[in-house]
Amino acid sequence: MSRFLLPLGVFLLLAVVLGIGIWHAPEKGVVTSPLLGKPAPQFSLPDLNQPTHQVRSVDLKGRWYLFNVWGTWCVECRAEHDMLLRVQRAGLVPLIGLDWKDDASQARAWLTQLGNPYQAVAVDTSGRVAIDWGVYGAPETFLVNPRGIVVYKHVGALTDAVWSKEILPRVSAAPPGKS
Amino acid sequence: MSPKRWVWGLAAASLLATAQVAWGVDPTQLSDPRLQARYESLTHELRCMQCQNESLADSPVDLAADLRHEVRDMLLAGKSDDEVRAWMAARYGDFILFRPRYSLRNAWLWGAPAALLLVGALVAWRVVRQRSALLAADPEPLEGDGQP
Repeated sequence: MSRFLLPLGVFLLLAVVLGIGIWHAPEKGVVTSPLLGKPAPQFSLPDLNQPTHQVRSVDLKGRWYLFNVWGTWCVECRAEHDMLLRVQRAGLVPLIGLDWKDDASQARAWLTQLGNPYQAVAVDTSGRVAIDWGVYGAPETFLVNPRGIVVYKHVGALTDAVWSKEILPRVSAAPPGKS
Repeated sequence: MSPKRWVWGLAAASLLATAQVAWGVDPTQLSDPRLQARYESLTHELRCMQCQNESLADSPVDLAADLRHEVRDMLLAGKSDDEVRAWMAARYGDFILFRPRYSLRNAWLWGAPAALLLVGALVAWRVVRQRSALLAADPEPLEGDGQP
């Protein structure tokens, strides 16, 4: 009898280890951002709608904002656009867009046609700022708190579920202006 | 055209075709051959985040090309290999490194082979000791054992 105990024990141990692995497996292809809990990367980029102005990260400090990376070449971004408009109408967190490696005139046409949910859109033609944020596939959305710390990141189209389960609780736990 | 020339033409064309594949993704050439060697080994050990199972060196997507430019610029600016790796990991996480770094979180992974080897050695030692004890208790050799 006892000669079966050791293999059985090893088997159970292995089952538990693998079970934990499966249970905690991240969504396939989604990489946890090393930015979480760290200060949002600094940037200063031309404003899509007022090219003489700059959208600057320092101007965004002191309040919550959603940093949304998109492009007119990105199919999923079109799919999430209605959701972004709903977020804007909710009026709780302003959306700051990053137009990633895109044609500015096409981006302006997109916003005119579909509606503009953004408070400001920064134009990142070279993609340098997107790299600083660790962006690897649009759309990606970061939630930044008033102290300028990235508290949440979502990869893929924003949905009602993400908004109500991940973003809303974080924002309403600390109302705008406080942190 | 004679058949012989045809064969030569075909051989040359197939050579050219493979040459194009080899040079297709990354044509970067740094003037310093030592920098070029470091550039090539770094781009081979960094992951393309979009395709995920390809290295930066092998991936044709835009983002990989941008990240290769960053590697090139950092090397030209005199950064060390470790500084380049740290720069990448600060943005994309350890996932971008095909060669994982040692950290407290993955310490058990690094230690597991040594621990398993130790367990195996202990088991082997015990088995050998038990068998030799059996042999000592039974001095009569088996039939034909050890006899020419």
